Amino acid sequence: MQYEAVIGLEIHAQLLTESKMFCGCPTKFGAEPNTQTCPVCVGLPGVLPVINKRAIEYVVKTGLALNCEITQYSRFARKNYFYPDLPKGYQISQYELPLCRGGYLEIALNGRRKKIRLTRIHLEEDAGKNIHEGGDYSLVDLNRAGVPLMEIVTEPDIRSAQEAAEFMRRLRMILRYLGVCDGNMEQGSLRCDANVSVRPAGQEGFGVKTEIKNMNSFKFIEKALEYEINRQIRLLSKGEKIVQETRLWDAKRGITESMRSKEEAHDYRYFPEPDLMPVEIDEGWLNEIRAQIVELPDARMERFIKEYNLPEDDARLLTEERAMADWFEEAVRLGGHPKTVANWMMGELLRLLNKDGIQIEDSKVKPAQLVGLLSLIDRDVISGKIAKTVFEEMYQTGREAEVIVKEKGLLQITDTEEIERIVEDILNNNPKEVERFRAGEQKLLGFFVGQVMKATKGKANPRIVNELLRKKLSA
Amino acid sequence: MELYRLGIREAIELISKKEISPLELLESVFQRIDSVEERIKAYVTIERESAFNRARGLENKPMEGKLHGIPVAVKDNICTRGVRTTCSSRILENFIPPYESTVTSRLTVQGYILAGKTNLDEFAMGSSTENSAFFITRNPWDTERVPGGSSGGSAAAVAADECIAALGSDTGGSIRQPAAFCGIVGLKPTYGRVSRYGLVAFASSLDQIGPLTKCVEDAAILLNIIGGHDHHDSTSVAMSVPDFTSALGMDIKGLKIGIPREYFIEGVDKEVENGVRDAIKRLESLGAVPLEISLPHTEYAVATYYILATSEASSNLARYDGVKYGLRMDGENLIEMYMNTRHHGFGAEVKRRIILGTYALSSGYYEAYYRKAQQVRTLIRQDFENAFKEVDVIITPTTPTPAFRIGEKTRDPLQMYLSDIFTIPVNLAGVPAISIPCGFSGEGLPIGLQIIGRHFDEENILKVAYAYEQDTEWHKRRPVL
Repeated sequence: MQYEAVIGLEIHAQLLTESKMFCGCPTKFGAEPNTQTCPVCVGLPGVLPVINKRAIEYVVKTGLALNCEITQYSRFARKNYFYPDLPKGYQISQYELPLCRGGYLEIALNGRRKKIRLTRIHLEEDAGKNIHEGGDYSLVDLNRAGVPLMEIVTEPDIRSAQEAAEFMRRLRMILRYLGVCDGNMEQGSLRCDANVSVRPAGQEGFGVKTEIKNMNSFKFIEKALEYEINRQIRLLSKGEKIVQETRLWDAKRGITESMRSKEEAHDYRYFPEPDLMPVEIDEGWLNEIRAQIVELPDARMERFIKEYNLPEDDARLLTEERAMADWFEEAVRLGGHPKTVANWMMGELLRLLNKDGIQIEDSKVKPAQLVGLLSLIDRDVISGKIAKTVFEEMYQTGREAEVIVKEKGLLQITDTEEIERIVEDILNNNPKEVERFRAGEQKLLGFFVGQVMKATKGKANPRIVNELLRKKLSA
Repeated sequence: MELYRLGIREAIELISKKEISPLELLESVFQRIDSVEERIKAYVTIERESAFNRARGLENKPMEGKLHGIPVAVKDNICTRGVRTTCSSRILENFIPPYESTVTSRLTVQGYILAGKTNLDEFAMGSSTENSAFFITRNPWDTERVPGGSSGGSAAAVAADECIAALGSDTGGSIRQPAAFCGIVGLKPTYGRVSRYGLVAFASSLDQIGPLTKCVEDAAILLNIIGGHDHHDSTSVAMSVPDFTSALGMDIKGLKIGIPREYFIEGVDKEVENGVRDAIKRLESLGAVPLEISLPHTEYAVATYYILATSEASSNLARYDGVKYGLRMDGENLIEMYMNTRHHGFGAEVKRRIILGTYALSSGYYEAYYRKAQQVRTLIRQDFENAFKEVDVIITPTTPTPAFRIGEKTRDPLQMYLSDIFTIPVNLAGVPAISIPCGFSGEGLPIGLQIIGRHFDEENILKVAYAYEQDTEWHKRRPVL
């Protein structure tokens, strides 16, 4: 029998606000335990939450970018459960009236476009962290308690592990474009759980689902879901039943494993948070937020193709990250030829950045410097080959191309007489090869060019070298 | 002169004229505490040393604040930095807040002196202070009787002159009912008028801090200070606070007072009813116009309250889990630690309400209980809104009976709950109300008159209360101790 997978995702994105969701504590990552805390986020008796407006704006921004309906009067709710990392004994979240409803994100896979519908986006606070370091005790770190979290829930529209991974890639790209989340999956600032079920192809109803957690990279999302889909198909094919449960992805063993069954699921006793007034988003505020939304990846890619005449692949790669696309446009604005800039970025720059694991915004070499280098090539001051060496140096030090070229004596030799002397030397030193060339072995021209370049340490202007060699050899 | 008998206005007047000093006033109050506290037991913590330090510090300073050197008692569910705040619960018996509540910060700015922290029903859950985990506070008029609750410690301290004034909190009557039982003035402001930041939450949508004082003017003075928006409390309203004392002394001619028929029913003590009816006549003689009105959903108020208040409480009290502060009892594992801590940390009434609230919020019951109760709450609020289209204030008894005997209602929680039957609808509607003395029973127990106003119209209820007070002598009577 043919089976079809049905997948819905539940994504948690930590928002890039300066302060926490309901107090003024910083959201900095990696500080000493319990140093980023105050009476409010440790849940002392008598404290009250105050909404971080910026967090609301980030969620609304995301909602607008994902075509959601923005709720005019939305409300916070308490989700009640006991856990040591949850200082108040409840999490302030949203339940009946989330900030955003509906919406979709379009993905493209194997040239096919598909809309994945969203159910809702809501805002909540993160919990702290329990630390088990052995012994008969555990420790609690509340630095993360109260950090704003955006929860994005999709409809069960996803049909394969690849689609799920692609959805996450697109989503991450957009969140980073909007500047609302850094998208770091390893550190957990972007997390994703999946509800997975399978059904015979063509069947309307859903099968029994499992919830998969702990997939902290795109690769693991794909692998974990692939595994889970196959596991369910295997069970059904044998006539066995799927148990509704939560399963953890074990990356080392490459399997999903049962964590707890849904029968033990909590009754969270949601009710409206009485300490907070409903959030009212009026037309004025909405327009303000709308105005803050930057051009998103798809639109920017289309524009790059049209405006800069770039091939689609180049345009896609360059618009994946906002910082990359900004870098490109800055270089073009400063006079770089679009396709040449694209080639240098996708070739040399990305290679070096990837090798060192550096983000483009932290690159020492800036658009203006690349344009400086390109102009040296255009003006025949250096050769393209030398330019690569110069670029490496620029990348390492952030210095101007012209300075490096002067300092290292890399100026191209365009003096015909000087090159002619060298060419004659090479021909005189290689009589056999000259003879063979004249006897018709034309491919030896490359050999002579190489010898000249070697003698000039690559600085000879290749056009002049070629011209002179042809002239001398045919004489 | 016995300085401890003074109210805020009188004391401040004498201090500003340098006829008395803050230290003299404080010494008098503490002498009074020393002579009567053993019998009243109003205080959980007496701040003798810090109070005297403060008084000495203020001694020769120019008078800057409106409470320069005034000893005030604060209910022990309002956080005071560095001063133990117990909520009269074992679970917070040794809890010392590292931060200050907004209301006490505001009092501090005005130069008040914290006399001590007063006893209450554990987490403000109760109507007699018999639910305190530590001891029962006595009614100064008859020490065999309860002072009311939950702000019983504050009310008794004011009535017994163990302080000049006090703060309490009112969720279903916890300021007004003890004020009525102890023969003093108790004001519950409009929900949102006073910041709740630092008030240990019982039921967040109902809790409100307010003054308990020896006279109406003192209540206005304290409300002037504690009222107003606070950026720490999103439910506090960004609205300018009028000078409430300026409303006092204005005449009440033509003012319409509503008499809701649902509040004069069987079960109301005859002496209480007569006291209130006499008060209405007195107001009429001052020019007010009484009108019979109806608040048709009154009978559902207590049931509604006990669903909403307990639901919120079940969540608000979840933080007392033994992990971060307060009592911790060991256990074999996490769950046992939770259970042992909460088993030993909470008293019976608190547990009863946590269980009730947890049940009302549970999936499958939420619609029938919590949501329905919210709907009824809306109807009750509309009752008041409709009534206030016709009248300026509403007058009722504060309580159905005068103070009852210690132990009289402890075995029957429902009977206890019914002692708040006239105060609860006010919290559900969020409107302000004041209780002032309007007579005494044959046994010499005070009777309270409740004056209810429109949202954010504390001015009118203070005006009416003051007019009545100035025309009567009840507030001048003091218990003999």
